[in-house]
Amino acid sequence: MKTFVGIDLGSTTTKAVLLDENEQVLGRGITNSRSNYDTACRVANQEAAIDARFSLFRREFGIEEGGDAKVEEFLAALERAFRLEQFLEQLGDLEETCVEQVTGARFEKLGNGVKKALAEVFTRLRAEAPAMFAPDAVRKSDFFRDIAGSRYLAVAEEVARDAGIPYDLLLNVYDKSIIAVENRPPSGRLSDKFKAALGRVASEGVGVASELQGRVDRALDIGLEETYLVGTGYGRVTLPFSKEHIRSEILCHGLGAHMMYPKTRTVLDIGGQDTKGIQVDPRGIVENFQMNDRCAAGCGRYLGYIADEMNMGLHELGPLAMKSAKPARINSTCTVFAGAELRDRLALGEAREDILAGLHRAIILRAMSILSRSGGVEDEFTFTGGVAKNEAAVRELKKLVNENYGEVTINIDPDSIYTGALGGAEFARRAAEGRIEGVET
Amino acid sequence: MKITTSRSQMPTEVLKDASMVKQKEMMAKHYDRLANAEANGDKVASTFVPGNLNELIMCFDLVNNLPEVNAIQSGLRRQSGAYVMEAEKAGHSEDVCTYVKSDIGMMAKGNIGPNGKKLPSPDVLLLSYTGCFTFMKWFELLREQYECETIFLQTPYMADGKVTENMIQYMVKQLKEDVIPKLEKVSGVKFDIDRLREHLAKSAKAEDDLVYILQSAKNKPSPIDAYFGGIYYIGPIFGAFRGTDDAIDYYRFLREEVDQRIAAGLGPVTPDGPMSEEKYRLIVEGPPNYTNFRQFWKMFYEEGAVVVASSYTKVGGTYDFGFRHDPSRPLETLAEYCLGVYTNRSLPMRVEMLTNYMNEYQADGLLINSIKSCNSFSAGQLLIMREVEKRTGKPAAFIETDLVDPRYFSAANVKNRLESYFQMVEQKRSGASKGVAA
Repeated sequence: MKTFVGIDLGSTTTKAVLLDENEQVLGRGITNSRSNYDTACRVANQEAAIDARFSLFRREFGIEEGGDAKVEEFLAALERAFRLEQFLEQLGDLEETCVEQVTGARFEKLGNGVKKALAEVFTRLRAEAPAMFAPDAVRKSDFFRDIAGSRYLAVAEEVARDAGIPYDLLLNVYDKSIIAVENRPPSGRLSDKFKAALGRVASEGVGVASELQGRVDRALDIGLEETYLVGTGYGRVTLPFSKEHIRSEILCHGLGAHMMYPKTRTVLDIGGQDTKGIQVDPRGIVENFQMNDRCAAGCGRYLGYIADEMNMGLHELGPLAMKSAKPARINSTCTVFAGAELRDRLALGEAREDILAGLHRAIILRAMSILSRSGGVEDEFTFTGGVAKNEAAVRELKKLVNENYGEVTINIDPDSIYTGALGGAEFARRAAEGRIEGVET
Repeated sequence: MKITTSRSQMPTEVLKDASMVKQKEMMAKHYDRLANAEANGDKVASTFVPGNLNELIMCFDLVNNLPEVNAIQSGLRRQSGAYVMEAEKAGHSEDVCTYVKSDIGMMAKGNIGPNGKKLPSPDVLLLSYTGCFTFMKWFELLREQYECETIFLQTPYMADGKVTENMIQYMVKQLKEDVIPKLEKVSGVKFDIDRLREHLAKSAKAEDDLVYILQSAKNKPSPIDAYFGGIYYIGPIFGAFRGTDDAIDYYRFLREEVDQRIAAGLGPVTPDGPMSEEKYRLIVEGPPNYTNFRQFWKMFYEEGAVVVASSYTKVGGTYDFGFRHDPSRPLETLAEYCLGVYTNRSLPMRVEMLTNYMNEYQADGLLINSIKSCNSFSAGQLLIMREVEKRTGKPAAFIETDLVDPRYFSAANVKNRLESYFQMVEQKRSGASKGVAA
């Protein structure tokens, strides 16, 4: 079947969306941009293709998400098994790469010991892997580097201690290997991994596996043809595509928001290094836009710095800020001064949650200024980008929009991070039909 | 014609029109004149481009030195960044006009001009325009430094959109009672009104050709870029050449060159050669960025965008509205000239001017280059944008850079916005041509 791909290369993450001919989303994929846009595109694209398979399974079963509990249970098990297969494959790649690093003068004496230790480390990692993908397991991240990295470091320390070899040697081979492995998307064929995953699910005895197998096979046999691809995002100049496959991220966000909520007239996107205010017409065509200049004050990165500074996870900031009843007044959203501002406030004895609430408010104030310069907020208003996932930011936004523009419907899609990629995919679909960009005929 | 540049940051070959080469030679000659002023016993007047009274200055054998142009040259030569920092070290805030800081920094570092030779100390500071109040503060600083005569010709702001006889007489009185006597005193040269008339007649001749050249952009394709190319074109007439035979020759030469391009149906010449297809016709409001001038221009021409008219090329005179220096009314014409410069025009006048440009030049849209450190230009620009958008129904966009502070030029950000804008224009155009525009 024909598919249309949109890839949004962001400063932090790279997103891909796969559309079918009927403008329906088949799959979504995300990965970290890792300063290697080429790989990030391939990985995100592959992730979207995997996700698309699950859409095809659902279609094969004739259900919408959340329809049949039994089938959903099976699909969830299949996805976990598939992720496990993929994780094991990458773990194998990492082991091989690590072993290759054990060479040269440094390892002259301890080479064999290190190799033995590595074998032990990876044996243990493989053994504990299924538990990481068990039904109730909570993974901090879905990116291989994050999952494998933290476990490797922990396990290697134990192994090194027991074997009496320096821990830093094991660290060293890991550091040298992880980037290479990360920059190699999983290489095995997806359908093989699906088959292996199916086998795993069956052996775990999820009841319906065998009766569903035939249908899964049929869905796996559907070929996905990449008919047209459009890239967008901040790094789009370096996308490995030719000019006619590149669209402005502002246009993609406008169109993507229109597709998610057709009544959208104003879009706010707060990403890693940009804040954009976009006005669109009833067809999703951009009428006007404003964005921050080179200064990334008040963008997603700002929250990233704050999280680092507070030694917290990015996703923990919002919930803590929500606890505040008395937000601090913070006017500076300068990323460079974020740390200093924070320490000043803490030194003055202000509560962490109050400071955080103030910081969230400051970010939204800045976004409000960009919005007003782009032409204000019109009904309906769609909020997208990574920061739209932050409940404290959303709370402040709702408040300020209401104060300044009155009753306005505010849309936030749980998949809003994919807005740009979605618009890109639709541009791809239209381009493949030979339509002039962006214009419904 | 190919010219080899010595700048290491650039590709070795830069394509230039013959007129650009001629222009460069004129500018170089003038900088040599400035460098040799002291040795030759010439006295120097410093003044500004808007309200530049070059004809009058020449009547007193004074050499015209333009600090704004010096700052632009420092920007183009990538010296201004260090100068700006030097000025900041001396206590000038980050928000101060970067022309001023480049100039102050350049003085602090020995006042070396673009030809590598020391610029002269001025004998008189002639401030003939106040639409930009920074000019006043700038000369205040220079007066501290040079302890020389300062002349302040007050130009009433065109707040009501028109020039009245009262305004003109107010200025003529100042010219007679204050400006001319002081210039006589500084220079030791007696004022000769016939000499002034002679220069004014020459100005008018070159002005005719300048207008012809700027309006040639009404052709499709436009034979010129009226912003990036336009900056070369306005150099002589906005600077020290208005009222000279050199200027007459240059604009005649340029006009012939433009005529040839029109006849051949050619577009503008860019540093990478003749522009291919003209895809977007734009009106630009606001000054350009000088620290990354070529990179900035390239973002336009490589997308097929040509600027067909700009307000910036009117800061030294709005000749396309019919004004010419008039030798029969020598002092009145100087007053009218100062009153009419773009920056002395009220907000409604600017809106009207840009709206008319959009229509007359059949432009696809308006682009505003907002200058971080220029309050004079930036105030009201968003309002201008909305209003022009409303009146013409054409899309407008906003980008932000600075004059000569390289820290405020973010190539990726500007390119991002420009490309979005061009694609937006394209979308709107294809929508309109299909009759489905909202």
